[in-house]
Amino acid sequence: MPSPYIPNTDADRRALLEAIGARSVDELFADIPRAHRDPELRLQPPLSEAELKRELAALARRNAAPGEYACFLGAGAYHHYIPAIVPYLTGRAEFATCYTPYQPEISQGTLQATYEFQSLVCQLTGMEVANAGMYDGSTALAEAALMSCRITGRSAIAYTDALHPRYLDVLRTYLESQGLTLVMTSGASALPLDTAGVIVQSPNFYGCLEDMSTAAQAAHAAGALLIAAFDPIALGMFRPPGDFGADIAVGEGQPLGLGMSFGGPYVGLFATRTQHLRQMPGRLVGRAKDSQGRDGFVLTLQTREQHIRRERATSNICTSESLMATAATIYLAALGRRGLRRVAELCYHKAHYTAERIAALTGYTLPVRGTFFREFVIHCPAPPHLINQRLLEQGIIGGLDVSDRFPNAMLLCVTEMTTRQEIDRLVDAFRKAGGR
Amino acid sequence: MPGLERRPLLMDQSKPGRTGCTVPALDVPESPLPPAAMLRDDLPLPEVSERDIVSYFHRLSQLNYSVDEGFYPLGSCTMKYNPKWHDEVARLPGFAQVHPLQPEETVQGALQMMYELQQMLAEILGMRAASLCPMAGAHGELTGIMMVRAYHVSRGDKRRTKILAPDSAHGTNPATAAMCGFRVVTVPSDGRGDMDLAALQASLGPDMAGLMITLPSTLGLFDPHITEITERVHRAGGLVYGDGANLNAILGKVKLGALGFDVVHTNLHKTFTTPHGGGGPGSGPVAVGERLTPFLPTPHVAHRRDEHGERYVFVRPEKSIGRIGAFQGNFGMLVRAYCYIRQLGAPGLREVAENAVLNANYLLARLKDAYHLPYDRRCMHEVILSASRQKARGVRALDIAKRLIDYGFHPPTMYFPLVVDEALMIEPTETESVETLDAFVEAMLAIAREAEQDPEVVRSAPHKAPITRLDEATAARKPDLRWQPRS
Repeated sequence: MPSPYIPNTDADRRALLEAIGARSVDELFADIPRAHRDPELRLQPPLSEAELKRELAALARRNAAPGEYACFLGAGAYHHYIPAIVPYLTGRAEFATCYTPYQPEISQGTLQATYEFQSLVCQLTGMEVANAGMYDGSTALAEAALMSCRITGRSAIAYTDALHPRYLDVLRTYLESQGLTLVMTSGASALPLDTAGVIVQSPNFYGCLEDMSTAAQAAHAAGALLIAAFDPIALGMFRPPGDFGADIAVGEGQPLGLGMSFGGPYVGLFATRTQHLRQMPGRLVGRAKDSQGRDGFVLTLQTREQHIRRERATSNICTSESLMATAATIYLAALGRRGLRRVAELCYHKAHYTAERIAALTGYTLPVRGTFFREFVIHCPAPPHLINQRLLEQGIIGGLDVSDRFPNAMLLCVTEMTTRQEIDRLVDAFRKAGGR
Repeated sequence: MPGLERRPLLMDQSKPGRTGCTVPALDVPESPLPPAAMLRDDLPLPEVSERDIVSYFHRLSQLNYSVDEGFYPLGSCTMKYNPKWHDEVARLPGFAQVHPLQPEETVQGALQMMYELQQMLAEILGMRAASLCPMAGAHGELTGIMMVRAYHVSRGDKRRTKILAPDSAHGTNPATAAMCGFRVVTVPSDGRGDMDLAALQASLGPDMAGLMITLPSTLGLFDPHITEITERVHRAGGLVYGDGANLNAILGKVKLGALGFDVVHTNLHKTFTTPHGGGGPGSGPVAVGERLTPFLPTPHVAHRRDEHGERYVFVRPEKSIGRIGAFQGNFGMLVRAYCYIRQLGAPGLREVAENAVLNANYLLARLKDAYHLPYDRRCMHEVILSASRQKARGVRALDIAKRLIDYGFHPPTMYFPLVVDEALMIEPTETESVETLDAFVEAMLAIAREAEQDPEVVRSAPHKAPITRLDEATAARKPDLRWQPRS
């Protein structure tokens, strides 16, 4: 069978070879050492679209998806409602099948959408300038740490122990290869002299809001930058990083209308103050005039980027997550001023209702104090992995086991998508699982 | 292109009282809100209706040129056709809606797909193992060079502080090396566009950690001395990094592992047809040979068979460099690439490379009389021409690129690689028909004639796009990067 993606016929190939002046296609590959040419490839035999769709549908069915299961996992990826217009619009081939907008005359759609993204991220965070997106929240944080080292000329990054452990892992991987150091800090301890940036995540890994004002004062008193890791849905109701004097604000954009998709593609949100603009990593879209005086948009300040500045670039990032940034933009526009606030409040009320119900059960307590948003830690009367096993049998995916942090503890997440019925089922299942 | 009118920005369209979405009612009792000092008093997001949002973004989309619209010969970017059924599969709830931290027993289908994709990519590249974690090509490069660094450090060899890269390298190569704390040393190319072996030899020493090389090169050429190059680097104690940006040229034709590469990244959004999305999402899996396998990032998918039966699990490789992202990569893109490789199989992949190279050589043959060909030899998947002849008439590569827009084509890559003056880098890919190639050739020949007879029409192009050329210098000098309220 000919490939549906290769229009050349045998006759076409003969005609092309003749025009080239080659006797065979093999001749075109003559520079490849003969001993290594045309190796055996051990792959499964080709299959048709119809056969593969059947096979992949079977693979997909072997994964439990929210909807059939009640899912109480959060910890960096969240189940929020995705308005139908988000996939509908980003699914348009004009957005999905174009390249990075290096040719602005025929890329105004992507460019204007990206300018909107930068604008709405600033509106949401209270920061002055945002880039066109990073890979995800964790790499955005790592880039923020590197940026703070460039700005201050210092080499240590401080973080609190309530930072998401996976974000810490990513940070460690990125910093280690440049010989930069990581130090754990609490609000009370003094910062090392060479601290470039202080990372505070709010809500933190345990779901609680942090005292950002105090953190900002401590960071600035030490001559360091405050790097605020935020949650975009929490900003629907809580004060944004810009209010607290954050120098760089980063977050995971997945909750803004992107599917959880087993971990990606997501988009990292990254914003800072204008004074640090030229140390910022990633793409930027700016407004410009065309030769007839009309408004347009164009990639700008590219002298920070790898394709111009090479080894002196602010980052090696090139392709990032443009389409996901457009999805987040459409989400923010759809939810808007009142909708996002409402979603945030729904998360807050439902999470608090759930926490209270669980805390009222014998053997369950809430070991972490503080104001939480949509996630909270519970202490269980038995090891969480055993309890989760019981929940799974009842069609419930329980919380994340955080027993390495608190004895027999689980991190639970409740969003506007969690129904009261699901919450009641969870509470009931906890009661039974704990009462053995 | 449809009409030229633009729409105001979302914040300027905003009107109090409008919304684009409904939100569920609260079905549990309210809890007391936190102290007011913690809450924001304003959320300055736009208020627009669903209808207006759809109209606005629909209109914006029409201002883009895309692969689905037509020929997109952007060199080094492999803008091939993206099969539509892949999107349908990636949207299945069992893929699109799965939480990344679900218990492994609830995601066996996803893990099996990932495991098989790891195996398939390693086989195609002739490597030992592959990681799907990197979220873009440059992220794969970063992962690869981090592994190279970790390898030397693990052997107690801390003298290796420099990375070599040819003068034709993508900017991401030196930027990546710098992000890993290495100094970058450029190796020049020779008169045929291959690596200058004497210059390479001169830069090999006990301080050399490795070489980053793109094969075929960004000049669209396959360096016939490649095995000699990799051997020399190995003899000097370095590792060889392969930038897989141009893998489309050699799919099934040669395995990079067999040529002595230690680590290679691939771009699923180039070679393996996942849509580019206007600048992502990408996906940049890295494949490694024997020596780097223990250093792969976390998590890696493994297959276990024991008394409990068969299952797929996430593991942390023995000497892993650690995590490079919060989760396990751009899964949605992995699904699409998996579909592609399974549909084509080995014979189909080989056809891809053969037709991509055939198409590029056809463009070379038809255009080399009208444009300067800096390296007069057969090319691989892309042909690099120079507008040096037209430059003498005051027409630059940029002008030719912009004029192609008027003829209905996306421009090629220009001014890259840096070693070619007035470069035009043309990559047709295998998914274009001979009719499309001929139409493109006619446009290029017509522009060459215009450059002779009416250079001004080329210099002032495009004439048929929604806007004309933008004042990029002013945009960079006075950056306007976000909506501001009108004062």
